[in-house]
Amino acid sequence: MLHSSIDRAAHATPPVLTRRIRGLSDRAIAWIFVAPSIVLLLAINIFPLIWTVRLSFTNFRVNRPNEAVQFVGLRNYLNILSDKDIWLTMQATAHFLIWTIVLQVLIGFALAYLINKKFRGNDLWTTIIVLPMMLSPAVVGNFWTFLYQPQIGLFNYAVGFLTGADPSSFSMIGDTTLAPWAIIIVDTWMWTPFVMLICLAGLRSIPSSIYEAAECDRASSWRQFWTITIPMVLPFLMLAILFRGIENFKMFDLVVQLTGGGPGSITELTSINLKREAFEKWRTGYASAYAVILFVTVFGLASIYVKALNKVKQR
Amino acid sequence: MMKQMLLSSTVVIGAYFAVSGAAGTQASAAELTLCWAAWDPANALVELSKDFEAKSGNTMKFEFVPWPNFADRMLNELNSGGKLCDLMIGDSQWIGGAAENGQYIKLNDFFDKEGIKMADFIPATVIGYAEWPKNSPNYWALPAFGDVVGWTYRKDWFSRPELQAEFKQKYGRDLAVPKTFAELKDIAEFFQKRQIDGKTVYGAAIYTERGSEGITMGVMDVLYSFGFEYGNPKKAYELDGFVNSADAVKGLEFYKALYDCCTPPGHSDAYMSEDIDAYKSGQVALQMNFAFTWPGIHADANVGGDKSGYFPNPAGPTGVQFAQLGGQGISVVAASDKQKEALDYIKWFAQPEIQKKWWALGGYSALRSVVEDPGFATSQPYAQTFLDSMAIVKDFWAEPSYASLLQASQKRFHDYVVANQGTAKDALDGLSEDWKDIFEDEGKY
Amino acid sequence: MSSYSVTEPSARQKWFAGTLVVLYAVITILPLLWIIGTGFKSPSDAIAYPPKTFFEPTLEGYVNLFTTRTRVTEEQLKEMGEPKTWYERLVRKDGLIIAGPSRFPERFYNSVIIGFGSTVLCIVLGTAAAYAFSRFKVPLKDDLLFFILSTRMMPPIAVAIPIFLMFRSLGLNDTHAGMILLYTAVNLSLSVWLLKGFIDEIPIEYEEAALIDGYTRFQAFYKVVLPQAATGIASTAIFCLIFAWNEYAFAVLLTSGTAQTAPPFIPTIIGVGGQDWPAVAAGATLFLVPVMVFTILLRKHLLRGITFGAVRK
Repeated sequence: MLHSSIDRAAHATPPVLTRRIRGLSDRAIAWIFVAPSIVLLLAINIFPLIWTVRLSFTNFRVNRPNEAVQFVGLRNYLNILSDKDIWLTMQATAHFLIWTIVLQVLIGFALAYLINKKFRGNDLWTTIIVLPMMLSPAVVGNFWTFLYQPQIGLFNYAVGFLTGADPSSFSMIGDTTLAPWAIIIVDTWMWTPFVMLICLAGLRSIPSSIYEAAECDRASSWRQFWTITIPMVLPFLMLAILFRGIENFKMFDLVVQLTGGGPGSITELTSINLKREAFEKWRTGYASAYAVILFVTVFGLASIYVKALNKVKQR
Repeated sequence: MMKQMLLSSTVVIGAYFAVSGAAGTQASAAELTLCWAAWDPANALVELSKDFEAKSGNTMKFEFVPWPNFADRMLNELNSGGKLCDLMIGDSQWIGGAAENGQYIKLNDFFDKEGIKMADFIPATVIGYAEWPKNSPNYWALPAFGDVVGWTYRKDWFSRPELQAEFKQKYGRDLAVPKTFAELKDIAEFFQKRQIDGKTVYGAAIYTERGSEGITMGVMDVLYSFGFEYGNPKKAYELDGFVNSADAVKGLEFYKALYDCCTPPGHSDAYMSEDIDAYKSGQVALQMNFAFTWPGIHADANVGGDKSGYFPNPAGPTGVQFAQLGGQGISVVAASDKQKEALDYIKWFAQPEIQKKWWALGGYSALRSVVEDPGFATSQPYAQTFLDSMAIVKDFWAEPSYASLLQASQKRFHDYVVANQGTAKDALDGLSEDWKDIFEDEGKY
Repeated sequence: MSSYSVTEPSARQKWFAGTLVVLYAVITILPLLWIIGTGFKSPSDAIAYPPKTFFEPTLEGYVNLFTTRTRVTEEQLKEMGEPKTWYERLVRKDGLIIAGPSRFPERFYNSVIIGFGSTVLCIVLGTAAAYAFSRFKVPLKDDLLFFILSTRMMPPIAVAIPIFLMFRSLGLNDTHAGMILLYTAVNLSLSVWLLKGFIDEIPIEYEEAALIDGYTRFQAFYKVVLPQAATGIASTAIFCLIFAWNEYAFAVLLTSGTAQTAPPFIPTIIGVGGQDWPAVAAGATLFLVPVMVFTILLRKHLLRGITFGAVRK
């Protein structure tokens, strides 16, 4: 199928181009140019995926080379779906996902709206706001544990300074009610700029003639905001939500460094839970089934979302 | 097919890798890499090993990983068949898996040939660090570093007359080294949030870490003395009623009570280094920690010398007294290309004079001729405490499924002690179930 | 009466917007400045209460970052005589001696090699494929779009399970080559897509003219198309580089020493005794500051690239 499509492509090239070619034919060039990428993607993306699906029906364990691998049918899948702890990690992930998206959309949009007022030096300040998202989440996340320390941490000190609370009276990472918010705060700090940039692109894509027409019609600023700005930015905003949603569903590095999933299992997101199964308990078959379930989940949710997005775009 | 494709694409990437790859392997055959945890004893071993480098002509490289990542990283390395480490000072509990899966070399023949006798080492360390199956003469490591959980206390605070008087009035006994866990908790409560020299101090720093093995080491250290058993002593792998016995439940409740009443703020994820920090910065009166920390504390400018004292794990309610074993043996990694040189290192390390120097540098030698030397007990203020503690050790599972067993206890204990979920009975019932499932999976139950 | 205008904000609106944005920017950059500052604190200043904003700067953190130290007895210390260098003097102050260099430079070097190696490879493969997809009207376009999204959706931990097995049997675990191949593959779909967009914008007439002038198709590609696409290639390269530079999950699972990059290493920097925050901060500073400087210098391309990449998809 791949073969024939590239073939067809080569034939479909405009005749002007095919006329004067010395050396390699277009078809050969197309092959030479595309093949390495396809091979690499097959080898490192597609082949492992197939292997994962196959492993998910076995009891294979990486750390038991001497044990015979048995086919266990759907047992891994049934065990995972009936495991209460895994549902708890799903809940933790959902909590993290929903709140980070809500906060990042609100703050990100507000910032983009303000930056779009084109005050002097806005691009430098935009760059400064963007800095956190360019940095390594693991390295930065690790340092946030220091900022979160009761007593000596900058965060606790700042909160204490602003609210009058004793900086040693609360522990963002150690407390079961605060820990989920500790990871949300850092993620929001890191990734709000991403939402902001996309909203900014959306705001800047609105032709000023639309606003000028509205002003001629004496539409109030409030009305302009709701009938022009929001609908025009919405497709961009929904894209931003899609990317943040997918990224945070995969979240691993930042949270592992911040809380390691604790206290207890309060912030144990699915990726962290999966890592424990796959690379600490070394239950490879079981973890493979887990990975397949996650993939199907995120893929399903994303497809539904993309359909909705396309509807919004068409409107 | 896939293999070829990948390999050929590797070739395509070209000369650069050939060069960088060669740089990695071209180093002389006698460059040994030793893997261990990143902690004070490891730094001392670097110093000690200079003698081996001088005598053998081999060079030593070291790969040290902090405790919270140590097991994770090194078991990954062993399971991936990596060649990073030639020598591994692996944790005691890995021995079952490493032996059964052929990751370490069996050392019996080597010991016989070189005249190294396991009878020359402290028996608890031979069982704990070298043998698999336990209590059988199959050796996979040479005991390298003896370690055990014990306690450090602020001797200077304990000896203040006004505190002594207040304590006596409150509890009806002298403020002294606790003999039981109940007494220990009284002392911790006494110091909690007390003002000393204008600073607020707290009772005790204990293990609560979630990510690796911290809270399990801490809880087990207490549970043993309360009567916890890993299973029916008469019937292997029979857990129910032993793991979750009424005594064990009391022990776990005690640990939570100690965590709730007497730890410094933010002590929810503390292991060795956090406890050291808390103690050295003068925040706490008592510190639970492995014996390896004692030389560092003794040398510390703030709390060292006469300001600190050391005592072994106190007894439980019925007078039973145990302590959690730490420490490691040194093994040769089966995937290594330099096994001969690695064995040379072990041979060098096992020599009595090197072991003696090891102790002088802060390494707890497990060689009997070192620790049974008449001068040993008084050579350092903590030496006697170390000997007393090593006499009462117990260890966690060293089964091949150790990692799963540990994950289960980490979760159950942290959920209950730190995250306030369920009761102690729930936690231990659940743990017993988890462990049973794991053994069932193995076909051992 | 209403002076409100979206297209022409008033001076007061600008002032108000500017103040809020600057305030947010200051809060957002504070943790980063704190990292840099902590790198120059002494260990006791780093854990002082209340946190110290002003302190006497010291290079102890940086010395600790680059060395391993060990404690020796006072007698041994005396035997050694006077320290010869300023950094030895710093270490001796705490009763320690320098036992050897740390592993940080190697980890940093690994990050550089793997980052740049995978970027170059990704750009070479990606540009070629993008050109083919752009000029030869491959009907795989929609499949490719799907493919990009789907590879982005997999949690790295899930992908790492079979990769771990595959690398193990090929001996690629903990090697530069393995990590470069992996990062290239992860980045490839995105960079093909970005680059295809850039190449699409280059008018096909340029190549036609070149072909008529007697260039071969291959010559036309690298003499005409490549220079035109240079900006696009550069901004794609920056994305690949930043991803590879920052990546943690694969690095922590698939490398243990020889090819370990800085992100899994920096959080594990530990001093003698306890956690050495100034050394961690020093390592983080050396690792993060290049990216910050880069971001500020290249802000025009970078910021446009982010939105371009996201919105195109």
